[in-house]
This record gives sequence, C-alpha cells and structure tokens, in this order.
Amino acid sequence: MGIDLQPIQCRHCGAPLGADLTGPFCGDGCARAYGLIEEAGLSLFYDRFARDPAARPLRPEQRPARDLSLNITCRDDGTASLDLMVDGLQCAACGWLIEILLTRRPEVVTARINHSTRRLRLVWRGVAEQGAALVELVEALGFRLTPFDPARLDAAVNAELRDLMRCLAVAGFAAANIMLLSVSVWAGHSTGMGQATRDLMHWLSALIALPAILYAGRPFFRSAWAAVRHGRTNMDVPISIGVVAAAGMSLSETLRHGPYAYFDSAVTLLFFLLVGRVLDLRARGRTREAAAHLLSLGVAGATRLTGDGRTETVALSALRPGDHILVAAGERIGADGRVASGISDIDASLLTGESVPVPVEAGGPVFAGQLNLSAPLTIAVTAAGDDTLLAEIVRLMEAAESGQVRYRRLADRLIPYYTPVVHLAALATYLYWWLSAGEVWQVALLRAVSVLIITCPCALGLAIPAVQVAASGRLFRRGILLKSATALEKLAEIDQVVFDKTGTLTTGSPELRLDPDRDEEMLLIAAGIAKTSRHPLSRALAAARPDVAAHAGVREVPGRGLAAGAIRLGARAWIGLLDDGVTGGAAEPEMWLSVPGRPSQRFAFSEASRPDSAETVAWLRGAGYPVSLLSGDRPAAVAAMAARCGIEDWRAGADPAAKVEVLSARKAEGHRVLMVGDGLNDAPALAAADVSMSPANAADIAQTAADVVFQGESLSAVREILSVAKKARAVIRENLAFAVFYNLAAVPLAVIGWVTPPLAAALMSSSSLIVVLNAVRLAGRKAS
Amino acid sequence: MTSLLLLIPCALLLGGAGLAAFLWALRSGQFDDLDGAASRILFDDPPQKEKHHV
Repeated sequence: MGIDLQPIQCRHCGAPLGADLTGPFCGDGCARAYGLIEEAGLSLFYDRFARDPAARPLRPEQRPARDLSLNITCRDDGTASLDLMVDGLQCAACGWLIEILLTRRPEVVTARINHSTRRLRLVWRGVAEQGAALVELVEALGFRLTPFDPARLDAAVNAELRDLMRCLAVAGFAAANIMLLSVSVWAGHSTGMGQATRDLMHWLSALIALPAILYAGRPFFRSAWAAVRHGRTNMDVPISIGVVAAAGMSLSETLRHGPYAYFDSAVTLLFFLLVGRVLDLRARGRTREAAAHLLSLGVAGATRLTGDGRTETVALSALRPGDHILVAAGERIGADGRVASGISDIDASLLTGESVPVPVEAGGPVFAGQLNLSAPLTIAVTAAGDDTLLAEIVRLMEAAESGQVRYRRLADRLIPYYTPVVHLAALATYLYWWLSAGEVWQVALLRAVSVLIITCPCALGLAIPAVQVAASGRLFRRGILLKSATALEKLAEIDQVVFDKTGTLTTGSPELRLDPDRDEEMLLIAAGIAKTSRHPLSRALAAARPDVAAHAGVREVPGRGLAAGAIRLGARAWIGLLDDGVTGGAAEPEMWLSVPGRPSQRFAFSEASRPDSAETVAWLRGAGYPVSLLSGDRPAAVAAMAARCGIEDWRAGADPAAKVEVLSARKAEGHRVLMVGDGLNDAPALAAADVSMSPANAADIAQTAADVVFQGESLSAVREILSVAKKARAVIRENLAFAVFYNLAAVPLAVIGWVTPPLAAALMSSSSLIVVLNAVRLAGRKAS
Repeated sequence: MTSLLLLIPCALLLGGAGLAAFLWALRSGQFDDLDGAASRILFDDPPQKEKHHV
C-alpha cells in the first residue's frame, strides 16, 4: 500500500494527466518550461499562479519561425524595441513572470506588460535579431506573442481619447465648482441671500462655465455642426442646442440680475455625456486602416538583376513584367512571377492561410506577399504593383467594404424621431407660456430651456456605451477583441454563420495521419531525423513520436528533404520515387522515408482541426444558426472537414471573388451573415459579410477586415460572443425603455414649470446612474 | 460675506490644482494601464539594471 504521490495535474500547465504518463508533466514542452522557471529561482510563480479554467492552458507549443523584422524598431542609441500582444495571460503572476525573466537577460533594457491591453513592450540593447530569442523565451513558457505596430494601430484613437479625457477633466472641474456655488445660491433662496451676493455667485459661475463649455463642448459642437451643414441630424445636435441654450439663457439671467441660472445643469450635462463618449471610445478599442496596414506587408524594395549581371535595389513600383529579381531566403516576394532558377519552399499563408510550405522550382508560379523560406530564388516578374494578386485581393476587399450599406447604430436610428419631438415640445412650451399663460417671454424661454435640458438624450448618450464597455470588457477577458463599434449590435441580429476551412475550423498546421499499415520502426527513424528540422511537416512528424532522440549527422537540403547517411526523408522525388499519381492525392502533404534494404514508407498529413470545431458547430445549429463551410480548398478535403464538423452545406474551390458572391447572394435574400475566416483570400469575404471574425493568428489583412479578433485555439469564442451580443442587446433595450419612461415622466413636469435647477440636476444624475448600473450587470454575470 | 472673498478663490485654487494634477497624469501615461498598477504592487520588483556594465 502507499499514498499515490503522483500529481493528477501537469505541474506546469495544470492539464489533467493521463494514467499512462510517468512524469509530473503532460509533455516535453511543459517539462522544459518548468525547468526554466525552477532554474531562474522563480518557482514562487506556481504558488501565486491563479489558474483561469476557462483560458487556454499554458502549454508551450512548437511554433513556426516568424519574421519579426518588420515590427522591430532600431534606434540610434543602439537599442531595439518590439511591441507584442500576449495571449495566455491568466493572472497578475503571469505578467510578473514574463517581466522578471526578460529583465534578467543582460541585453534587455525594458520589458513591461500593460495588463489592461495585454501588450508587452520590449526594449533591448543590441541588434534586431536578438528579438527572436527573447520572443522564444516567453513562448517556451506557454504564452503566445503576436507582434504589432503601435504607431499604426492606435495613434488616431489615442489622440482622440486623450482629447476627450482632457475635456472630461475640464468639465468635471467646472461642474464640481459651479455646483458648489449653486448650492449656496439655492440655500440662499430660503435664507434670504442678498441680490448682490447672488449676482456675484452667478457671475463667478459664468466665468467658470463659459470657457469650460467652449473647451469641453468641442467634440459635440464639431460633430453637430458637421451634421447640420450636410443637412442631417445626429445625437450631438440636440445636445449642442441644449447646452448652448442653457448657457445663453443663464447668461441673460445673470445680466438681468435674475434669480435662476442653469450653468450647473449645462456643465454637468456635458460632464456626463463626456463620460459616455470616453467609455464609447474605449469600448471601440482598436481600429486599423486597411490600406495603410498593407504597406507593412509589402517589402521595402526588390533586388533586380540588370542586363550585365549586376544587381540593383529598386522600389516595388519600379518593377516591370519581364524583370528578373533575386529573393533571398527569409524575404517576402515583391511581385507575381515564375521561378527562373533555384529551388526553395514558399510560405503562402498570407494568401491562403495554409501554413504548410509549398516547394517551388524553376517554372513554378509565385505571388507577391509570399515568403521565400529556405533558399535564394531568381524570379521572372509577370505582374507587379497594382496588377499583382495581392493588390487584386485588396481591391476586392475595399470594393466589398464600400459596397456595404453602412450599418446605422441604434442610437443614430432613434435620433431622427427623437430630435423633432424634443424641439417641438420645447417650442410648444415656450408658445404656451408666452401666448396663452401670459408670462413674460423670459420666463417662457426659461421653461422651454428646462424642457430641452431634461430631455437631453443623456441616457441615450450613456446607455449604449456603458453596455458596450461592460460587454467588451467581459469579452476581452476571454481574449476576444471587438474592433468595430457596431459589432455587438450587428452580432445580435445574425441569423447565419459561414466558416472558412483552413486556419479557421482547422489550426492550419499539419498533423500526421493515422495509418494502421505503417511500419512503427520506420516512423521512429523518421521522427528522429525530422527532429533536426524546423520544416512544419518535419515538426508534425517529430511531434507524433516526441520521445525519440534526434538522429545524429542529418543534412538538410532546402526544398528537397533531409539525409542522414544513406537514409533519406523528404519529398517523393528526393528519395528517387517517380510520381505514380496513385498514392493519395498529389495535393495532400506527404513525406517519404527511404532506408536501404527496406520498402519506402509514406507519411501522409492532414490538417489538425481546432479542438472544439464540431462542438461549436453543433451548438450553433442547436441555437438556430444555419452553418455553412466556404473554402478555397479541394472538394475532397472540404467534404471531409464538413463531415467531421457536421456541416451539411459546404462549397469547395471558392476563390475570393466567389466567396464574396456567395455572401452577397445570402445578404440579398435578407439573411444577416457572420463570416469567420483567417486568410488573405478571406479578407474580401470578411469585409462583405454583415459581421466578421478572425483568429488572432490570421493574416494581418484578414484581421484588418474583421470586426472581431479572437485569441486562442478554441472556437468557443464564436459561441461566447453571440450569447454576449444577445444579452447586451437585451440590456440596451432595458436602458432605452427606462430612458423613454424617464422622459415621459419628467417632460410634463418641465412643461408646467415645476423643474427647478436642483431638481433637474438630481433627475439627470439618477437616470445616468441607473443606466450605468444596469449595464454593469452584464460584466458581472458569469459566462454561460 | 468677506469670508467668501477668501473661500471662493481657495476652492477654485484647490480644484485647479486637482485639474492640473489630472492633466499631468494623463500626459505622463498613468491612465494607459489601469489594471497593471493594482497587481504589480503584490510582486517584488524585477532586479534593477546596472546600466554601467552593459
């Protein structure tokens, strides 16, 4: 007997361990990560680590090498910097671990994680190439890093947000101080404050309020003026009129030594509305400009061969069909063309989402944006600049985007009905008091202004942003980023879901297919040889038998295969087999192993599907969303994946234009479609769909086109976001219903002249508070 | 009522100081990471870099 000391969870990632595993870890990656942390003396991390069961486990994975050079900035003082998005941060301890491990490296100057945005800023002393090692160090712990360009990403939004925050500060300062003065005036009404003192208070209020309104009201005035000039109306028009009318009215009261001034209401109103604006902008998060972003995908220039055999560096725009360009290993190809000489592997993931490199040799077609992986190539250009496939896809995307009727936000749809009613009510109030009730025109105007103020769409301005902040905050914790402000509203109206296959339903990386006839010994040999290579197929092979030791003396020939003595592993031609056209489909990724004295062994690979593809599809169908699969891949592969996930409606061989066509046809039938896709070939379809989602490891251009970007392996993000969107819609409706009810109750009071400044302030604050509290409920609720 | 002449400028000055402090904090990026500061305090600082030997 004895107590079982074996931990039931992996010591690093916390995944439950199978009975057949002997060690305390679920795999090599976790063991290495644990070792790394132990060695650094940071095992304290595991005590402080608050695991989030809903998050992706912190399991290190082999990831293909990426080109970070575009995102690394080198400065004159010998330092280089890189900004990364971090996936896998589960608690504060994770950030601490990353920061401390990186900071201990001698070359690192700063490593700082922004916990709000989950970004890592890394500055080190030395050359740009050192960045890859630092990124690998963090990824070895199980986190995933995605580089981004901060300047392009949020410069515009940040500038706007800072301006709004300054306005908010000024409005807050003015509101607090004027309220102080107003309270003494109200108190003075009952205790007999002298007229001179009251005037002094009013003048002081005016002195604070008028500059503050001029400064803090700019965002509203600008937008209102732009709308009015174009003959339209938006929410800022009644706001601006209300604020200006209140301030002007109060100024005239002050000039005439009158008893009432509305400065406090005007400024407090501005303050609350600015709170709404700031929340709105924060919720909107990051938006990117598609065209500008594409520039970062392109290469800076190309190396052209001149007639006399020399080389020159020219701009991409200077390339002409017929030119010959040199593309070094690791460089992106700058134009469409054919390989003139050289043999290499091409990473086409930017265009197709397919991460298995395609071997190319003389005569093979290549396209702009593809990455040349293993050996230099000479390419004969057939199309350059605006004629390339890349440029064509971007054009399609832009056309799809501009062709889409711009979705009008709920608030904007209500305004055309709301504004005239408010203004008519104010006018009617004025006319009634002036003409029928026989009051002097000043008193009549005062009552009309109080109607305007009380009906100002404070709840409208705050109700929707507050809900969006709560919802997007909750989604953000699950690694789902809302890029477009209207995504949530649109998602709630979706009635169909369309998936792309490669990279969306699948992870895009290959997986060794099970084969009962395979010789296990051959697999062990192959795995040992494959361990030395970073080619994705080799990695998949090595991952199938992780315990095998690496084979010694392996030589790698780019684009062909691996050799260890007389043993060869690689493409069919590499081991001397002719293409018999029988064994499997030629388009299916495969590797061959030849060992002297034995029959050659074929290893076939298939795409690994995301762990919960089938489950997500089943849930979507259960929830009443028809699901379809739209892929550019071969019919056999698409049919197999559709069957595996339980999708009945699928279409294969769809190019970007065909995908857009399918989506447009469905929209024409009156459906609202959510498209989930990841490749550059999906970008036009993503832009054409009503709402679109893209995984965080997708092509940049697809992320740019998508409304929503989600991190992690799991497709459950689709599920989560659809249910949050529905709940958010319900809360927004509650808030609007409340706002309408509030106005229905308060306006009559204002019309009959019962609403005094303190009452107006109290009503306004309480309505805003209720609306915000209702929204917060959404953030607090547990995920379903 | 003369106390008003002292108290009102006092209130405005204090409020103004608060406003200036907020604008300064905004400018120096203290609102960029609202969640980080709360958790960072729970952990030891990473060791300070000795700049001279780099």
